Parts: sequence; structure tokens; C-alpha cells
Amino acid sequence: MSYYEEDDLSRFSDMSKHRPDLFEKFMAWYQACQEDGALSRREKALIGLAVAHALQCPYCIDAYAQSCLESGSNMEQMTEAIHMASALRGGAALIHGLQAHNSVNKVSM
Amino acid sequence: MSEGKILPVVNADASVARAPVSFDARVGGAGLTLRRAGAVETLQVNVGKLCNQACKHCHVDASPKRTEIMSEETAAQIVEAVRRFRFRIVDITGGAPELNPSFRRLVIESRDAGAHVIVRHNLTVMFEPGQEDLPEFFRAHAVEVVSSLPYFLEQQTDAQRGQGVFVKSVEALRRLNEVGYGVEGSGLALHLVYNPVGAFLPPAQSAIEADFKRELRARHGVSFNSLYTITNMPIKRFLDYLRCTGNEERYMRKLVEAFNPQAVAGLMCRTLLSVDWTGRLYDCDFNQMLDLGVAAGLPQTIADFDPHDFADGEITTAAHCFGCTAGAGSSCGGSVVAS
Repeated sequence: MSYYEEDDLSRFSDMSKHRPDLFEKFMAWYQACQEDGALSRREKALIGLAVAHALQCPYCIDAYAQSCLESGSNMEQMTEAIHMASALRGGAALIHGLQAHNSVNKVSM
Repeated sequence: MSEGKILPVVNADASVARAPVSFDARVGGAGLTLRRAGAVETLQVNVGKLCNQACKHCHVDASPKRTEIMSEETAAQIVEAVRRFRFRIVDITGGAPELNPSFRRLVIESRDAGAHVIVRHNLTVMFEPGQEDLPEFFRAHAVEVVSSLPYFLEQQTDAQRGQGVFVKSVEALRRLNEVGYGVEGSGLALHLVYNPVGAFLPPAQSAIEADFKRELRARHGVSFNSLYTITNMPIKRFLDYLRCTGNEERYMRKLVEAFNPQAVAGLMCRTLLSVDWTGRLYDCDFNQMLDLGVAAGLPQTIADFDPHDFADGEITTAAHCFGCTAGAGSSCGGSVVAS
């Protein structure tokens, strides 16, 4: 048994049980974020794909890979977005190396 | 006779896609009815299944091996109907319609009868023996050319339409441009068709059209007029693909969930009549491939056609119709709801 079930993605609205008011507020905000604005739907889908990878959320990766295709992106563009997320994650880890250096320096002669 | 347990019929006809709800119920649930709009404006003529390509998404299951093509006699019946009933548009498709011996006659005589003629031209057929003059032929008869090019990159195009198709297609576009097709001010219309290369919905037509124009111009120096986005229909070869890859349920659910009531009024089946290579009539080319003829009680062949019988007539539907109402809608002229 896996903790992640593919079919759960289409059951997201089940989260409206118990506190539908909060879920409705979330969905209204979430859907408004997807619309064309200063950024196009496609740019937003690519941002979503990158964030999904940074979060390593399998539901989000599935959903935003489809959104990217359905907004006209190709694999080259999607892979560049994933590299951006990965590069930021890598860079974020690496810059924390200075914390380690600082920690070591503090107690070193 | 044994008294064995009777199992429910999940899908009585394996050639038809399965959907979680019926199309008619979904349309009715939106407070709508789907009927013909009045006069039949477009006669879409499918001259047969012979094609020089065998695309993975083809709802016709067309290929070089197919032998079902329209006879001269049936072509003559169609020309007679075009003359008699003055269809505003004659839309010729296949297969690759140019490979049918009656193709040029259909074009010329439909134009002589005053119809606007559209040809669903797959681009690469231009390089088949005896077809080299197609650009000049199209121009001579003011044909509107509609050509499939699923993406502006080679990898995606060849994945759907076969190895080497992209390079040939670009060369064909260059030839069409040379005689004036797709060139602003020429009056010669060249439209491209985007089909998703897989089990997903098309993007917004206006957005992807801008990409196609920019990229094809920059990378290959070719131009066209408009891009039509058309949803892949869960029929024949594309349905096989969905089943082989385990995508049928997910794709059908996607089509149903994306049902757009605003698309119903613009569906092509309201103003189009489809005729197959034998002369039989259908509400659209997709119904034709599923052998779903026009409603019982209506004339069943082009030889018996009478426009009065079809005014406000019933339209035959099935699960695949969700493909035409998903998102911005889909028709042979692209999306039906402005994006």
C-alpha cells in the first residue's frame, strides 16, 4: 500500500467535508490565481510545475504537468522550469553551508 | 440453460469510448437541447480511408493499406447534390483525399456550382507521385487549405504523424507559401490544425496560434493564416492508444469534467452533414467512423438527401461527443468558444 493514491487527485473536493466554507474560500482563491493576468496561464502553469517539484508533491507534479501541456508548453520548456526549481533548491542548500562555516568559525581559533 | 450469475454490461460495443455519464443527459442537465440549426451549410465529404500516412491519433484509422475509397458514381451523386441544393461549403476530407481519383473533379465541379471548397490536406501527400502540382491546383480553384501540424517542433509532430513528417510538412508549407497560400493579402487561406500529441486537452487557440506563427516564421521562414485547435476524439486509433496506455478512463473523465455548456450552440453537427465514401449520411465525421448514421426516419444517403428533412432535425450522439464540448469546444474549424 502506497501513501499516495493517483485517484486522490480527482477526489480533492472531498476535502470540503467538515469545513466546506474554508474549502470554498481556498478554491475561489486558487482558481483566481490560475486565470490570465499580468502573467499568462502558461507562465503560471510553468511556475506551478516548478513549485510542485520544489515541494515534491506528486499530486501537484501530475496536475501541473498536465496544465503545462494543456497550455501549450513543450517538454523542453517544462524541463527548464524543473531545472530552475532544482537549481534553487540546490542553491538554497549550498548557501546554508555558510551557516555551517559560521558555526565552525565561531568555535575555532 | 445454466442459471449463472448475470454480470452487468460495462461496454456492449468495444469500438465506443466509455464515459461516466451520457452526453444527452449532460446536455439536458445544463438545460439545453441539441438539434440541427436549420439549413445544412456544410457538406463534409469523406472520400475514403486511403492515406499516405498512418497517424497515431487518427479517428479514421486511415493508412496506405486501406482500400475503402469513393467510386466515380458516388462522387457524381455528391456533385449533383451540391449543384441541386447549393451547399455553401464543401469540405473534402479522408484519408488523404487527393489520392482519390475523383478528388479533382469534386473540387472543380463544387466550385463551378458556387460552393466554397475546403480541403483537409495533410501536406506530405504533395510529395506523392502525380501530386506535385497540388499548390497550383489549389490556387487555380481558390481552395481553402486546412492542414494538420500538431506542433511547431519535429519531435512532437513526428511522434504523432510518423518519422520524417515534420521536415516534409515544412517543405510543403514553403511550397504553399510560394504560390501565395498563408501570405497576407493573397486571399489564399492556409490554416493549420493543432491536435494534442497525447491524452490531454488543447491549449487556448489564440495563445498557441501566436507561438506557432512566431516559431515557424523564426525557425523555418513559413507562414499561415489561422491555427485551429482540435481535441483528439476517443475513436478508432486514438481510442486504441488510450486503451493500450491505460488512459481511457482518465481521458474520458477529463472530457466530461471539462463539459462547457457554452460550446453546445456552436457544435458543427448543427450545421454540417457528413457523407462517407459509399454515399451514406452522418451528423459528423466522427459519427461516420463509429457507423452512427443520421437519425432513423431521415434520408440515409446523399442520393436521397432533402434539406427540408434535416431542418431542426435530431442529432445522433454518443460518449465521444464530450470531445467537442470540452473546454473551449472543438470542431473542424477549431475551438467554438472564444478563449
